[in-house]
Amino acid sequence: MTDILIKNLPILVVLCPLMMSLFLVLISNAFISWILTLLTTVLTFILSILLFQEVQTHTYISYALGNWAPPLGIEYVIDKVSIIPIIIISSISLLSTIFSYKLMPFDVGQSSISKVYSLWLLAIAGLIGLVTTGDAFNLFVFLEISSLASVALVAMGAKKDKQALVAAYNYLIIGAVGATLYVIGVGLLYSITGTLNMEDLSNKVKEIDNNRALIAGFGFMITGIMVKAAVFPLHIWLPRAYSYAPSAVSVLLAATATKASLYILARILFSIFNISDDLIIITLNYVILPLSILAMFAGTIMAIYEKDIKRLLAHSSIAQIGYITLAFSIGSNASIAAGFIHMFNHALIKGGLFMAITSIGYYLQKRITINTLSGLGRQMPITFFCFILCSLSLAGLPLTAGFISKLYLIKATISSEGIWIVFLILISSALSLIYLWKMIEVLWLHENTKKIIINENPSIYISLLIITFLNIYFGLDASLIVNNSESAANTLMGFSK
Amino acid sequence: MHKNPILRVCTKILFAPIILFGLYVQFHGDFGPGGGFQAGVIVASAFILYTIVFGLEKGKKLFPSNINLLLLALGGIIYGGVGIASIFLGEEFLSYNPLGSTPQSGQHIGILLVEFGVGLTVSNVMIALFNAFISFKSGKAS
Repeated sequence: MTDILIKNLPILVVLCPLMMSLFLVLISNAFISWILTLLTTVLTFILSILLFQEVQTHTYISYALGNWAPPLGIEYVIDKVSIIPIIIISSISLLSTIFSYKLMPFDVGQSSISKVYSLWLLAIAGLIGLVTTGDAFNLFVFLEISSLASVALVAMGAKKDKQALVAAYNYLIIGAVGATLYVIGVGLLYSITGTLNMEDLSNKVKEIDNNRALIAGFGFMITGIMVKAAVFPLHIWLPRAYSYAPSAVSVLLAATATKASLYILARILFSIFNISDDLIIITLNYVILPLSILAMFAGTIMAIYEKDIKRLLAHSSIAQIGYITLAFSIGSNASIAAGFIHMFNHALIKGGLFMAITSIGYYLQKRITINTLSGLGRQMPITFFCFILCSLSLAGLPLTAGFISKLYLIKATISSEGIWIVFLILISSALSLIYLWKMIEVLWLHENTKKIIINENPSIYISLLIITFLNIYFGLDASLIVNNSESAANTLMGFSK
Repeated sequence: MHKNPILRVCTKILFAPIILFGLYVQFHGDFGPGGGFQAGVIVASAFILYTIVFGLEKGKKLFPSNINLLLLALGGIIYGGVGIASIFLGEEFLSYNPLGSTPQSGQHIGILLVEFGVGLTVSNVMIALFNAFISFKSGKAS
């Protein structure tokens, strides 16, 4: 029995949330559907931990769906690279499911809970499938599954604010354009190589040089995925979608959705195509590098001027995505490792911040802008404490997870790009302190004029405490993340040679 | 529209042959052109035609929306269930070989079940989408 389990781990980790999301359609009781969702996410988390252990010994696990041999059939690949986003997605989905217990009924109403959890698991299944699959077209299918489910989840915010419908519509249209661009790119590559399997594709792409269709296909794929990953000028859908979504959905999406797409971006850049190829070098140096730097500043500056807190955090996400793509664009082993480190840490940080802010929103029963926060820090010490630690982690102060990612990013940048990019990174981190301080100041130093009494609810802050603890823990002992990210980067770069 | 006798009679005459044709396409799928997607749409079109002619209320009486939802999920569960069954029989997910006594019959059984699941889901999604769109009144979805 255990060998069946171990052998089928790559598919089970996708199948578990996918099948449960179908079962949940049949259940109408809100509490039972929450329990089942929780069990499913726990099981998915356990499966992904088992998978993590398997990858330590086998390094490369290939799973042929339906027993059709890989270049022809669909292949699921778990290696040291794809295990990182799998762990991120499964752990965050577990934490945000615990977090959603009180908030989901409050946001979407008791009657539609079980349908929302069905979509919730479908989105998780889509995201995990996205990173497990080794087939370029199957990836498109999962891209659509995850983004359609997240669009519907965002639209569920309409019970509280009708703006959520506009946000969801924007997300739907822009996301569909992105997915279409990606599939056009896959089509072009298929027309010249005749294969959809990523590993096979990378072998065949090496033999072709200077083919227009190849360049066009690459361009389409990269642009499509950049839309999904919200890389700077293509980020328009993100702030609205994250800020009008139901609270728990914001947490889940902010921490996982763009990470999966960033992983795909890295896969296309470094494993399907070759890093030593001129095409990739030009793309990295003249497209992704400048856009990342713009993202770092544009995201931060938009966040400084923003009054609505959820939207502020969404803008700051754009800047943080900028750091990750910056790390990829430098293109050395150390910098790609730094990108993966920040991918993991940013999931923890942004997950924590969104949890803190949305739980304040739950206590106040309204949408929170910077003014409604005044003086509330004293009313809710636990939430505020977690909020402040996550903010410090976002700014990259020592002893937090954010510091580790900034440290490795800067180390990698100095050794290959020179000092000016380091300066830009430091300036934008310093700028991010402005908006963080703005929130902390209002929360703590202003007087509480309205005399609101708030009782913090353990079922809400338990997952916030866990995620804050992880922020601190991985700031003190980062060896787990750093080692795995480094072996991920080595695998990714070795793949292309 | 439901007062027009020609439409009513024609719909009643056509209803069964459409479903029959849907079933033909469904079970023809493993030998030639056809399969769950096409058959699902054809079967759904019978119910959609009925709803267009007789109105939403009668359409829902013929095919209640809770059954619609149940079958919609059930199709996916059948598809996944076939895959899980082959995992328990010791092969990869969706490998049909162990389902029958010989690999050939296993493939046969597997593809029929999977296509049945696909057909069920596709037809019910079509009906559910159609019902959702026509029950949309200006400014308010029911």
